[in-house]
Amino acid sequence: MSKFDLFLQQIFNGLVLGSIYALVALGYTMVYGILQLINFAHGEVVMVGALVSLWVSLKLIASGVPGPLVFVLGLTAAVPACMLLGFLIERIAYRPLRRAPRLAPLITAIGVSIVLQALAMMLWGKQYKSVPQLIPAIPLHVGGATISTLQLFIIAVSCVLMAGLLVLINKTPLGRAMRATAQDPTVAGLMGVDINRVISITFIIGSALAAVAGVLVSQNYGIAHYYMGFLLGLKAFTAAVLGGIGNLTGAMLGGVLLGLIESLGAGYIGDLSGGFFGSHYKDVFAFLVLILVLVLRPSGLLGERVGGRA
Amino acid sequence: MTLARLSAVLAALALWGCGKTESPAPEASKPAGDTQQAAAPASAPAPTEPAAPVVKIGLAVPLTGPQAHLGIEIRDGAQLALDEANEAGVMLGGQKVKFELMAEDDEANPSKATIVAQKLVDAKVAGVVGHMNSGTSIPASKIYSDNNLPNISPSATNPKLTEQGFKTTFRVMANDNQQGKVLGEFATGKLGMKNVVIIDDRTAYGKGLADVVERTVKASGKTPAAREFTDDKSTDFQAILTSAKGKKPDVIIFGGMDPQAGPMAKQMKSLGLTAKLVAGDGVQTPNFIQLAGADAEGHYASSPGVPLDKMAGGSAFADKLVAKYKTKIELYAPYGYDAASLFVEAMKKADSADPAKYIAALAAITHNGVTGPIAFDEKGDLKGGLITIYQVKEGKWMPVETVGGN
Repeated sequence: MSKFDLFLQQIFNGLVLGSIYALVALGYTMVYGILQLINFAHGEVVMVGALVSLWVSLKLIASGVPGPLVFVLGLTAAVPACMLLGFLIERIAYRPLRRAPRLAPLITAIGVSIVLQALAMMLWGKQYKSVPQLIPAIPLHVGGATISTLQLFIIAVSCVLMAGLLVLINKTPLGRAMRATAQDPTVAGLMGVDINRVISITFIIGSALAAVAGVLVSQNYGIAHYYMGFLLGLKAFTAAVLGGIGNLTGAMLGGVLLGLIESLGAGYIGDLSGGFFGSHYKDVFAFLVLILVLVLRPSGLLGERVGGRA
Repeated sequence: MTLARLSAVLAALALWGCGKTESPAPEASKPAGDTQQAAAPASAPAPTEPAAPVVKIGLAVPLTGPQAHLGIEIRDGAQLALDEANEAGVMLGGQKVKFELMAEDDEANPSKATIVAQKLVDAKVAGVVGHMNSGTSIPASKIYSDNNLPNISPSATNPKLTEQGFKTTFRVMANDNQQGKVLGEFATGKLGMKNVVIIDDRTAYGKGLADVVERTVKASGKTPAAREFTDDKSTDFQAILTSAKGKKPDVIIFGGMDPQAGPMAKQMKSLGLTAKLVAGDGVQTPNFIQLAGADAEGHYASSPGVPLDKMAGGSAFADKLVAKYKTKIELYAPYGYDAASLFVEAMKKADSADPAKYIAALAAITHNGVTGPIAFDEKGDLKGGLITIYQVKEGKWMPVETVGGN
């Protein structure tokens, strides 16, 4: 494998990782855009999505349904389940606190995250669970690098969903209501926008994306467990901040960039530093990026100045 | 199954919640059947003195988290040993005693382990079976030593554990100096390894094992192509495996546990990396095969001791444990059983459950356990520990060779 092939391979790895980060980051950024709230329970929604689809898939496989169909059915179970979960999280944990100081919903967000982890642990157990391969992962060779059909599928699904979301936000009446609510909830309300409905829908859409991300990530690594949402959520949050939190395109860009940074960083730091730094700094890259962005450009790459709003 | 799970969760919650009550946790974490009866004495502690004096044996292993499956089987193994002692009836100092297990969850977390250790000391247990991991055993062993409380780790294999010079620290499994050496020699010798990349999970166990392997490989005149790192929570190894692939290894040695090794084997396959994975006892589990699926095929892992079905009382032990607790034995249950049995045997020999009195008997013990003959050297390490290397063949761990005796 030549140096270039290795580089190409790391780019592929980064793109797959990044498109998952992007899907999850969208959920953070949509909620932040409208409520200025960091929904720290969002990573847990990803986890629930993965585990629900796994649970349904295992039942279906036992009754002999073919793989890709199981995937679709698992997804159609996970997405509504997470939509409902997202709706309930907002209704129970955030709406009563909408007029409270901003720290209060942040604390309930962390509380919801812990509760969901504990519930998942009780429902599905503590073990790492093996996820059956439902989408065929046929390796395709591009030069000396390999990308599997599953990974291409992940990138494709992410792109389609992101494009769909952009259309929804920018071209539909619902999207206009969402943008109006983000700009000024009070005025939007006076103009006849049902704020509560818009906020609920925002959570529902974000959670649906999280469910898809959960299913994809568990397919990619062949593993799911009650703790999987935590670190993924933090990384996606970082991606959202990197791109400019509150900005949809920013979240997508941030996600893909973060995936690439991590992949290339972990892949090359050992050789570049002559073995002084090693690949155990992989997770450090994400959070180093977070710190750098917050210090140097708090509004993120594509974000507008948020000073007035905060 | 769900009830047992629920009671384990309740036990974990009880651990958080309590502080003033004496010890509700061990009752709560007993196997599901006993939960109801056990709830009563927990809520009404001191006044009703039971007929036989109770000897409490502490147990500290992860009962929640990714490694809980291994901790739970140690707990069940130890419980079985104490149940059998109670059934047979043990007389200490002229009185019939009743052994009770006080099981605590250390979450495989070193800082939690020291809290649990102190809790067991405060509860005045007579001995501790634990901890499971090297990273938890090492800091906890200091606390036990300071309080003259013997502890026997069923499974911690980092050499440092017994190198601290504590008189109270024992283990019933060969250590990583022995295991790492065997793994390194196996890779360079029998596997005919040409180029190796070593990966570890930065835990005391994983790093310790990988370090010994690295030394052994170097001693054979070969230089590892790279040393890569991950952690004990990761599931994404694409970046390090890709960078490893650039070094064209034919062997990848992993110091770590099965939750990482499973996905790692899968990702090796998807990256077109044909090297053989060679790992230690943390990977030699059915869970690894389940997580890696078909991609587990052909990989190697070692485990201290001999296969369960080759142990003296292995299959009888497995039958009993499954009959009683429906425990799935992956790895450590026989070691948990032997560790608990050693306490009972040493106490019988010294005719006392007082650590100060029975510790000499424990240090000098020769005992025929399920895992084989057990005796300790002056450091508390197992004398002449055997190591077996296994390979996954047709979805099962098959023994390749047993190497032994230091």
